[in-house]
Amino acid sequence: MIELRVNGRKRRFRGPAFKRLLDVLREDFRLTGTKEGCGEGECGACTVLIDGEPVNACLVPVCQVAGRRVETVEALGTPEGLSPLQKAFLEAGGTQCGICTPGMLVTAWAYLRSGGRDDPDAIRVALSGNLCRCTGYQQIVESVLTAVRRR
Amino acid sequence: MRSRRKEGPEKLTGVAKYIDDFRFQDVLHAVTVRATVPRGRIKQIHFDPSFDWTGVVVATADDIPGENTVLLIERDQPVLARDEVRHVEEPLLVLGHPDRAMAYDASKHVRIDYDPLEPVLDPERSSTVFKSFEIQKGDLEAGFAEADAIVEEEYRVPHQEQAYIETNGIAAWEESDGTLVVLGSMQCPYYVHKALLPIFPRDPGKIRVIQAATGGGFGGKEEYPNIIAAHAALLALKAKRPVKLVYDRHEDMRATTKRHPARIRHRTGVRRDGTLVAQDIDVLMDGGAYITLSPVVLSRGILHASGPYECPNVRIRGRVVATNTPPNGAFRGFGAPQTLFAAELHMEKIAKTLGIDSVALRRKNLFRLGSTTATGQVLRESVGARQTLDRALEKSQYSRRKKAAARWNRVRKNPTWRGVGLATVFHGAGFTGSGEIFLKSRAGVRLTPAGDIVVDAASTEIGQGTTSILAQIVAEALDVPYEWIRVETPDTNQVPNSGPTVASRTCMIVGGLLERSADKIKERLAADGVRWPLTRAALRGKNLSITEEFEKPGEIEWDEETYRGDAYGAYGYATLVAEVEVDKLTYEVTIRDVVTAQDVGRAINPLLVEGQILGGTVQGIGYALLENVVFENGAMANAQFTNYVIPTTLDTPPIRVEIVEEPYSRGPFGAKGVGELPMDVPAPAIVAAIHDATGLFLTALPALPEQIEEAFHDRAPRQR
Ligand code: FES
Ligand code: FES
Repeated sequence: MIELRVNGRKRRFRGPAFKRLLDVLREDFRLTGTKEGCGEGECGACTVLIDGEPVNACLVPVCQVAGRRVETVEALGTPEGLSPLQKAFLEAGGTQCGICTPGMLVTAWAYLRSGGRDDPDAIRVALSGNLCRCTGYQQIVESVLTAVRRR
Repeated sequence: MRSRRKEGPEKLTGVAKYIDDFRFQDVLHAVTVRATVPRGRIKQIHFDPSFDWTGVVVATADDIPGENTVLLIERDQPVLARDEVRHVEEPLLVLGHPDRAMAYDASKHVRIDYDPLEPVLDPERSSTVFKSFEIQKGDLEAGFAEADAIVEEEYRVPHQEQAYIETNGIAAWEESDGTLVVLGSMQCPYYVHKALLPIFPRDPGKIRVIQAATGGGFGGKEEYPNIIAAHAALLALKAKRPVKLVYDRHEDMRATTKRHPARIRHRTGVRRDGTLVAQDIDVLMDGGAYITLSPVVLSRGILHASGPYECPNVRIRGRVVATNTPPNGAFRGFGAPQTLFAAELHMEKIAKTLGIDSVALRRKNLFRLGSTTATGQVLRESVGARQTLDRALEKSQYSRRKKAAARWNRVRKNPTWRGVGLATVFHGAGFTGSGEIFLKSRAGVRLTPAGDIVVDAASTEIGQGTTSILAQIVAEALDVPYEWIRVETPDTNQVPNSGPTVASRTCMIVGGLLERSADKIKERLAADGVRWPLTRAALRGKNLSITEEFEKPGEIEWDEETYRGDAYGAYGYATLVAEVEVDKLTYEVTIRDVVTAQDVGRAINPLLVEGQILGGTVQGIGYALLENVVFENGAMANAQFTNYVIPTTLDTPPIRVEIVEEPYSRGPFGAKGVGELPMDVPAPAIVAAIHDATGLFLTALPALPEQIEEAFHDRAPRQR
């Protein structure tokens, strides 16, 4: 049995130790906000925070996060109570089809929390591991910039 | 109005449900077993006896209750191959297991024996022509006789993968009342409905197709979901339990449709001053193994092949042929990015040959009010070509940048070359010619007894903002707050057929129907004595519903036989200026700056329009510089994001967007199509910029460093 903290809550997982964290979150904990885009660490759709660091959950076996802190998009806000970052995405057009969005948000969240600068180039570097096929990135960068400025 | 995306909050919180997020009781996870050879006769299918097959359900062509055909334009493609395979990855059977890993495992224990047949992999060698078209205007020979110069060139464009981030996926089950339900990622629920009927003959009302949240499509989920839906439904009926069929990235890239590659030849007669007098264009597209939408892609390709320029004598011939690769299909732009790449680069070549400025050359020939297109259509309104050119030149400070680049290039020790290039394109909005008339789309607005205003349309939200735009149009027409409008989920049991969500038609055509419906509702309410500003209380208990059907605009005339007449109601126009930098050592191309001006008629929601333009521009940047589908023995060899590279934040510069508004009288509030136009313009502009930087005239995409290096070796290189 593996114990971890997910979005501030203690969770237990019983099952194969090498099951991908992505599948454990989605299937066992029913947190389907985290998405799969490639399953090989290239697209960033599955990004979650492990002890505050953005990580591709498709590459992490659940045994590796035993005793650690995992945060997913579900911890950010709800449709009725969007976080400031999510609000900025809504205002600046940072989401289109929405499939890359949870991963983008989570990466951007880490950027915000680590004191990321009010600088589009730095934001582009921070988001470079998250693919988006819809937006052309600019409105995502603007969304994050808006959130940084309001922080 | 920069109204916020309606379904945004669900997407931003992970609450929005994509197909893989749904859970079903007793579900089987399905896997498709596919051909491994490009062409062959199927001898036998073996199920490895050493594998434990308990719990595995297998469906083959023999389980199909109706016709074994994926209905689209032709009935040439089987749902599951029975005797012969015509491409690698052709589906042969579907199997399912309650455990996804076990299902994958089982699929690896199926072996197929073939009598191999010789595949055709080069479209130039194909003897099967799926479709050909010819457009004729004026007298070509007389035109060439008038010319001072004749400029010829051949251009090539490759496959392109849609690379939506959500892979394809569909779930299917049968309800106790015998309704076959299909739920999934798709652009066109009514296409799926139509395709399922011949395969599963039953009362049309007993097939219900529902769109789940869809993580991008770009054409890649226009026709392919028909096949996945058929597979999932077949297995669900056989197993008598729900089936979920979700592709992994590798399978999605290898098996599903891509943009048609093309070879385009231009032969152009020009006067010394740059006036076009004759254009002879020949287009060859590779359709892959089955017809799918190829005739329509080709049609759109040739209708845009001469570019947004007026020329008195034109011949455009096009054909799309069969090869033994997975079928190609819809991808944003639908044939036009292919032919416009050639058309625009050819303008550069003409300018170079004549020794005149390519902007001046464009300006001389560009469409204006009253121009006649290659099909003989007179452009009577909403022609913003020139405005987009002027605006893009001005905002990019084109001449200043170009001079600065030339100065930079004169400094030998600089590590790069810089160059500035541009392109101007047009794109027909909505379906071609009589397409909309055949579709007879319907959409409506309804007031519920509770006082809700509901939009009924089958148009899907796949990221582009359908839900928001349609709600905005109705809100604006009824003069009520945007928040009051609810847009129904596309579900063939609930909403009328407003046609497919493709071809930049949603805002213009469906939006137009909704505007008319809303106008009628407004009249009825007014007649009932209701006063504005409306209150929700005033709406309660009204129970009104209006559905409008597309009507042929009186003045539009199109002849499908001769390809003469009004190919589209209106065209969008775009110009893009790109500045690039080419590394002298690695030949890597970096984009320094992009400015694009696009005439969309009217931007109903500027935020969403900008989003479409930005996204399309970046897909175009990928097409130009990065995206390279590698084929080996008829199959995609680099079917992963690791080696099929699409642009990241670091491959894309900040892009400046200028919206030009030349309203179209028949679009809602003047709007024309927005979706596809942005995809057409980056590639030719970027390749022109590389030309400006290096002096190399590349004629094929993508412009990878290898290609640039090769071109340097092939031609007398500019001094380093
Ligand atoms: S799904 Fe994990 S990086 Fe793509
Ligand atoms: S919004 Fe569609 S992939 Fe980013």
